[in-house]
Amino acid sequence: MVVNPSPHDPSPSDEAPSDKDSPRLVEPPSSGEAIVVRGLEKSFGEWPVLWNLDLTLRWGELVALFGANGVGKTTLLRILSTQSKADAGSVQVAGFSPKRNPQAIRRRVGVVAHQTFLYEDLSCLENLVHYGRLFGLKDPRERAEEAISKLGLSNRSGSRVRTLSNGMQRRLSIARAILHRPQILIFDEPEVGLDRESIKSLRAVLEEWTEAGLTVIMTTHDLDLGLSWAHRAAVLSGGRIQFPAADEYMDGVQVRQMVASALEPGR
Amino acid sequence: MNEFLRPIGVLLWKDILLELRSRELVISLLVFGIVVVVVFNFALNATPQLVTAVTPGILWVAFAFSGVLAMNRAFVREKEEGGLDGLLLSPISRDSIFLGKAAASFIFMLMVEAVLLPVFAGLLNFSPASFSLVLTIVLATLGFAVVGTLFSAITVQTRSREILLPVLFFPVILPVLVGAVEATKQSLGGETLVGLGHWLPLLGAFDALFLVICPWLFSVVVEE
Repeated sequence: MVVNPSPHDPSPSDEAPSDKDSPRLVEPPSSGEAIVVRGLEKSFGEWPVLWNLDLTLRWGELVALFGANGVGKTTLLRILSTQSKADAGSVQVAGFSPKRNPQAIRRRVGVVAHQTFLYEDLSCLENLVHYGRLFGLKDPRERAEEAISKLGLSNRSGSRVRTLSNGMQRRLSIARAILHRPQILIFDEPEVGLDRESIKSLRAVLEEWTEAGLTVIMTTHDLDLGLSWAHRAAVLSGGRIQFPAADEYMDGVQVRQMVASALEPGR
Repeated sequence: MNEFLRPIGVLLWKDILLELRSRELVISLLVFGIVVVVVFNFALNATPQLVTAVTPGILWVAFAFSGVLAMNRAFVREKEEGGLDGLLLSPISRDSIFLGKAAASFIFMLMVEAVLLPVFAGLLNFSPASFSLVLTIVLATLGFAVVGTLFSAITVQTRSREILLPVLFFPVILPVLVGAVEATKQSLGGETLVGLGHWLPLLGAFDALFLVICPWLFSVVVEE
């Protein structure tokens, strides 16, 4: 599984991704990296979580981020998605700095977190149309129906979210994240609560993104799933990221051992 | 400008749709407001002279307490399933989020007051058909909604938000409350707009001040 980023891109601009040129997904920027983090530090009170963390994600790759509970995976994703601020270091997401231009990043990232960000008394379609309008989409209803269909929820489109199972709500949350066709998907344990069919839908979405030259970073505790889906595995441990092996050796025993070791409690 | 106003409209419509579905807020406020006035009515055993003196106070106690209930709910729904994070991840300004939520609270409170006012008028024997009274209610409710939305956003992060909200909210809103009671007293006494003197401009000035300060404070509060 070798990463093959699409080397085609205009320089980043602050305009909302347009769907005129590409009916499916926005074009990835042709130059630069998708995510560049240097010397990142983040503490909660006197408790340091991330320190001197470096990370580079190329366009078109899916990186699975592993780590034991509490090592700062979610904190890192929250910083990348502008939900949280770094104490020190530099962060560039899709060519933009969260400090100077957070709105540009928000237009370009799709986030799945532990919570669904959905309103239980609205229907699936109403929820997504609401978010589509917030993102200023010209055809929010059409986009919402497309995203719902992609996650296999068309037959529950008019159902209120509170009537859906947890797995269905999770799928709808993924549909919400891809609604505005973001350039970078930031998914925090997206497979949790999904059945086998839903996991297939999720994988299809992620493949569609990376094949279009766009980027995905996801955390997971599922070693097999993470290693089989990702182009690169990253391990967060001791406040820093390590890439255990070259891209070509994702199936290697060494990678598996290192990731498994990082997932052990107390690390 | 459109980029600023559009999200406000989107958020307002979402809150109205949610309220139409759940009907949990407006009905609760109505019942609470009516109970407050009925209790005061019986407790004071009001004579016509006493009613004139205490009606503005009773009216605003009912409105203010109902308003606190509304504010308690303003951000709870956003917090429950991470809706606030969803809003903060959207490419819209924090000001728009704040004003959208404040607009929804303002409209819900006005709806409740529009129903409560004739009920109060019947029970306490005064005429609600007064332009100055309506203007007083609108201006004071705007101040309530704006300040209440800010404190709702602050206290929703805490466990004891039901207690903390009124403790923080009432000291700040006191000038509006005093102005509203005084303007209502003069309005019920038959004064015209001109006769209300400085109370209405004072309410308007506080509203303008809150509309500038509160959105800015909100953006500080929601940033981690």
